[in-house]
Amino acid sequence: MSDMRFTKDHEWIKVEGDTGTVGITDYAQHALGDLVFVELPEPGRGLKQGDECAVVESVKAASEVYAPASGSVLKANDALTGQPGLVNESPEAQAWFFTIALSDPAELSALMDRAAYDEYVKGLE
Amino acid sequence: MPDIQTVSGNRGLAIEEKLIFEQSSPGRIGVDLPEPPPVDLDRLGGLARKSPIGLPDLSEPQMVRHYTRLSQKNYGIDTGFYPLGSCTMKHNPRLSEKVARLPGLTDLHPFQPQSTVQGALEVIDTLAFWLKGLTGMPAIAMSPAAGAHGEWCGLMAIRACHEDRGQGHRRRVLVPESAHGTNPASAAMCGFTVDPVPATADGRVDVAALKAKLGDDVACIMVTNPNTCGLFETDILEIAGATHAAGAFFYCDGANYNAIVGRVKIADLGVDCMHINLHKTFSTPHGGGGPGAGPTVLSAELAPYAPLPFVVHDGDGLRLVEHAEQQAGAKPFGRVKGYHGQFGVFIRALAYILSMGADGMRQASTDAVLNANYLLAGLKDVLTASFDGPCMHECLFDDRFLKDTGVTTLDFAKMLIDEGFHPMTMYFPLVVHGALLMEPTETESRETLDGFIAVVRALAAKAKAGAADEFKAAPRLTPRRRLDETLAARTPVLRWKAGSNGAG
Repeated sequence: MSDMRFTKDHEWIKVEGDTGTVGITDYAQHALGDLVFVELPEPGRGLKQGDECAVVESVKAASEVYAPASGSVLKANDALTGQPGLVNESPEAQAWFFTIALSDPAELSALMDRAAYDEYVKGLE
Repeated sequence: MPDIQTVSGNRGLAIEEKLIFEQSSPGRIGVDLPEPPPVDLDRLGGLARKSPIGLPDLSEPQMVRHYTRLSQKNYGIDTGFYPLGSCTMKHNPRLSEKVARLPGLTDLHPFQPQSTVQGALEVIDTLAFWLKGLTGMPAIAMSPAAGAHGEWCGLMAIRACHEDRGQGHRRRVLVPESAHGTNPASAAMCGFTVDPVPATADGRVDVAALKAKLGDDVACIMVTNPNTCGLFETDILEIAGATHAAGAFFYCDGANYNAIVGRVKIADLGVDCMHINLHKTFSTPHGGGGPGAGPTVLSAELAPYAPLPFVVHDGDGLRLVEHAEQQAGAKPFGRVKGYHGQFGVFIRALAYILSMGADGMRQASTDAVLNANYLLAGLKDVLTASFDGPCMHECLFDDRFLKDTGVTTLDFAKMLIDEGFHPMTMYFPLVVHGALLMEPTETESRETLDGFIAVVRALAAKAKAGAADEFKAAPRLTPRRRLDETLAARTPVLRWKAGSNGAG
């Protein structure tokens, strides 16, 4: 069973215990095109659900990434800073953005599961 | 034809020009200088240069050819149609250029005594008079150097005013999603936080959403009118009223002022401040040929906070106020630029205004709107217009007409280059998908517009007929073909280094 949850803004969060791993979806990377820049949050930064937490820039556009859940940033995936193209290659696995210590795991119930997100994306096309 | 390979790499008169450093031949020199006198290196206190300065050595004809060839690769408003939306690429009248070259205006120094530059101060003051008159606003800050600088100047005045009134907690700025990217950037530069306001389905500010976001912590709203979809914000008075009722100011982005200059007094819209892009609306060179200039008009409430310096009249003529204590009531938030603003641009803008007159500027904005609607009417059955109804000074299409063709907005723009046109603005505004934003300005003749319409129609038909490969290969007739924008952004090469990144 997938423990990944999705936002309407195309972030995903994968939950293990009290820790979440955050990234952007395959749909998001496809819509953005080739990424050329990723800015990640500093470890220790406190985030509320919906806060701007990262920036992605492609040859087409710059876009904010919003925190799918509240908590404190544990670790950022520094590999993305030097290799933003990884987000295009492996958006939902290797190119995770950061991990977060969840302060309110109950928030996650408002997010979509894989099936609901796929359905949501279908409606956008 | 385009794929003919020549031995030299040159393509007829399109010369494959090397970088100037790659043309250097050590010791070659264009002028015959006398031997320098012996230099006592001890007098340099150990600061004598230890390595060569690294400038290229060329003859005069090499230099002349180099820069002439580079200039021939340029494309500007003097070369052809330049429909870049939201940029108002209008003709730069030669009269304005001639006036700007008058020796009495060019042979000046900013440190000259004011009694000797009364004419220059009069240029600044007369331009300020006209800009205030056209907008109906009581005050103006002349010195901002460009549009975004004017935004920042206006926001600084707003911040200073709030702080002066004990309202320094007002730090939130409401910005519509269709705004120019400079709006949120300027707000962030000022230490404000940016709160985006959604658009309605008809491309305008969602007034209900805006009202819901207004509150005691809002410093101002920033609205462009006409907006970046080329549409007049019809609820502008309601927006201004609600903003003022909430104790916030109304910043208007004047980038699209060319649509309404001479027809709408900005003050009547409830605006508290607005920058004016002299280089757009008032026809001074820009787009690489700059510099720009962004004088910012201010309401009576904001006027005391205008930055230094400014020109005032007193008994002996015109006087430049350089310090707050020189003028009663002034509470300037500071200074935004060295000296007095982009003086060369002021001259051109004033020459334009005086040669056009109020009636001429009214006709210019009328014709700009007419030309944009002519483009819209000529294209809307083959492209997909994003919004119904007539537009203002620019018309907006999205990429629905390219659906399932395999051709993107970017490919379409590249094909226009092969056809000899500068592409329109692409992928902006962000509120529609794959935007194509076209602004013809009043400059263009009907023949030019008809020629452009015929090309765009033919390209749209070609895309729909399945010529995606041809689009992907464009441009094919330029000195360089399609560039790898991803590689350029990921590993930019920003300077030449000997031996490491030559032509090879």
